Amino acid sequence: MVLNMTEGPVKKPVNGNGCCRTSNGVKPGMNGCVKNHLYQQHSYCSSDEKSSHICHNGGIYKRPFKESFEETPMLVAVLTYMGYGILTLFGYLRDFLREWKIEKCHNATEREEQKDFVPLYQDFENFYTRNLYMRIRDSWNRPICSVPGAKFDILERVSYDYNWTFKYTGRIVNDVINMGSYNYLGFAENSGVCADAAAEMTLKYGVGVCSTRREIGNLDKHEELEKLVAKFLGVEASMAFGMGFATNSMNIPALVGKGCLILSDELNHASLVLGARLSGATIRVFKHNNMQSLEKLLKDAIVHGQPRTHRPWKKILILVEGIYSMEGSIVHLPDIIALKKKYKAYLYLDEAHSIGALGPTGRGVVEYFGLDPRDVDIMMGTFTKSFGAAGGYIGGTKELVDYLRTHSHSAVYATSMSPPVVEQIITSMKCIMGEDGTTLGQERVQQLAENTRYFRRKLQEMGFIIYGNDDSPVVPMMLYMPAKIGAFGREMLKRNIGVVVVGFPATPIIESRARFCVSAAHTKEMLDTALNVINEVGDLLQLKYSRHRLVPLLDRPFDETTYEENED
Amino acid sequence: MDVKRFKEYISWLYYQYLLVTCSYVLEPWEQSIFNTVLLTVVAMVVYTAYVFIPIHIRLALEFFSSLCGGQHESTVAIMS
Ligand SMILES: Cc1ncc(COP(=O)(O)O)c(C=O)c1O
Repeated sequence: MVLNMTEGPVKKPVNGNGCCRTSNGVKPGMNGCVKNHLYQQHSYCSSDEKSSHICHNGGIYKRPFKESFEETPMLVAVLTYMGYGILTLFGYLRDFLREWKIEKCHNATEREEQKDFVPLYQDFENFYTRNLYMRIRDSWNRPICSVPGAKFDILERVSYDYNWTFKYTGRIVNDVINMGSYNYLGFAENSGVCADAAAEMTLKYGVGVCSTRREIGNLDKHEELEKLVAKFLGVEASMAFGMGFATNSMNIPALVGKGCLILSDELNHASLVLGARLSGATIRVFKHNNMQSLEKLLKDAIVHGQPRTHRPWKKILILVEGIYSMEGSIVHLPDIIALKKKYKAYLYLDEAHSIGALGPTGRGVVEYFGLDPRDVDIMMGTFTKSFGAAGGYIGGTKELVDYLRTHSHSAVYATSMSPPVVEQIITSMKCIMGEDGTTLGQERVQQLAENTRYFRRKLQEMGFIIYGNDDSPVVPMMLYMPAKIGAFGREMLKRNIGVVVVGFPATPIIESRARFCVSAAHTKEMLDTALNVINEVGDLLQLKYSRHRLVPLLDRPFDETTYEENED
Repeated sequence: MDVKRFKEYISWLYYQYLLVTCSYVLEPWEQSIFNTVLLTVVAMVVYTAYVFIPIHIRLALEFFSSLCGGQHESTVAIMS
C-alpha cells in the first residue's frame, strides 16, 4: 500500500484538512508547533537535484510520505503455511526418533535426574530452534574477519552434520559486499580521521577506567561528548551511556513506574519492551504506526484512568522508534506529537536507526519532518549504528538529564564509556556537523539518501515486495517461504554478497524477509553489482512476488484523527 | 540443444519443487521419505481416479438420461 500522507498537488492543499471533518472545537491548522514549520523551506530539497521531486505542500507532512506494505499474495501465504506444515511434521518425526534413542540427540536435553521436573525444552520456541532453525542455521552468525565496512571478509565454514557443528576450513572469502551492517554513514572504518583519533585517545587515556560516572570514572571526554550530543540534537542537555540496549532498558524504569501508563508500538525493539516491563508500569500496545489505535488508547486512558481505582494515571509515556528496523517504516512523528500535545502525554523517541541516517543534515527523524526537538520529551538514540561506535544517549531538558544522572541504573552502576569509543563518536559527530571544517559528513548523509532511493527504486522495479518508507535505509525484502530464507542467504554468499535474512521469532511466522541496510560507503558500482545478483537470485528462487497491487495498511484513512489542541 | 534446454527446465522445476515443499532444507533420507510419500499419494489418487471416475461418469449419465426421457424409464423398468 502507499500511504500518501501529504495533500499532494493532486489533492486540494487545504491545511488541516482532517480537522474540518470533526464536529467539535475545530481549529484550522495543526497544533502550534507544527504549524510554525509548515512552510519553512527545506534546504535539502531545493539544493539537491536528485531529491528535488519531493516538493512542499501544506498539511502536517512536508514531503510525500510514501510507505508501502504490499499484501501477501494468497498463493504464497498458502504455500508458506504448507512448507511450515511439512517441516513441523518432520520435526515431530525427528523428535520421536530422538526420544526413542534411534537417532543421536545433539541438542540440549534435561539430565537424567531432572526427568521428573518441569520440562524445559518442550515449548514452541525450542521446537522451532531444534527442528526448523537448525536446518538453515548456516545463514546466521557468520564470523567475519575484517572491518564491517562496505566490503568485508568472511571466514569460510562447513558443516558435516547438517549445521549442528561447524568447521572452519581456514579459507577466507574476500571482498564480500556488505549489505547487512547498520553502517549507515560508513563510519565503520579502520583508517581515516575517526580511527586515528581513537588510536591517539587510546594512547593518551587508555581503554577505560573501571569505575562509574558517579564515582571516579567521569572524564573530560565524556562531558565533551554530552555537550556535543546536546548541540547536535538541538536539546538542552544530554547524557551518554556505554550501551544502547541498557540506555532503554534502564532509563525507562527511572522515568515511569507503578501507576504510570506506557503506550508502546507493537513493533518496538526488545530493549524498549524490556525497559517497559522492568518499570512496573501498565503497558498497552498500539498497532504499528496506527494513530487511530494510539488515540483510542489515549482517550481510554484519560477517560477511565487506572483500572479499579479510576484514579488518573500519574504519567502517560508513548514509546516509539524513529525507523523500525524490521519493517523499514518511519514513525508518524507529526501525528504523534500532535496527539501527545492534545492528550498531555510524554513522548520517548528511540532514534537508534534514524539518527544520522535521516534528515537533510542527519539529525534524525525530528529533522526529517522539520519538527522542533523540544517537542519530544525524551530523545534516545544509539551510537552503534551511524556513528560506528557503541553506546547510547538520552537528550532532553536539563531537569530530565539531571534527574537521570542521579536515578538511572545505567548511570549509577555501569562503568563509564571507553575513551577511544567516545573519541570515535566525537569525531564522527563533528564530521556530520561539519565542525571539522569539511563537508565530508554532509556528503555522506546526502550519499546515503541517494543510495537509499536508488536501491529501493531498483528493487521495486524488479518486482520484489519491499516494505517500508521510501526514505528508510533499512530495506526489508520479503521471502516468505522457510526454505527460501536459507537458500537466499546461501546463494547470495555464493555470489559474494553478504545479506541478513530474518525469520521467526523476529518477524511474524510467514513474513520472513531479507533485510538490506544501505550505507553511504556503498558506491554505485557495489549497489549495481548487488542489485544484479539480487535480480539473478530472485529469478532463481522466484522471489518476485509483487503484483503492484497496493492496498492501504490501515482500515481507516489517516485524517480521521483530530489534531486540535485542548484549549485551557 | 533442445534436450539441454529441456533438461535445464526440468532441473529448474525440480529446484522450485524443493523450495516450495521445503525439501530443500531436509536431510537426504527425509527427502526420500517425503518424495516417496508424495509419490504414493499422487499415484493412488491417479489410480483411484482411473478406476472409479469412468464408472461414476457412466452412472451419472444413465441417471440423467433416465431423468430426461420418461419413455426410457418404463423400458428400463420392464427390462429389469
Ligand atoms: C531501536 C533500537 N534501540 C536500541 C538498540 C540497542 O542498541 P545497542 O546495540 O547499541 O545496544 C537497538 C539495536 O539494535 C535498536 O534497534
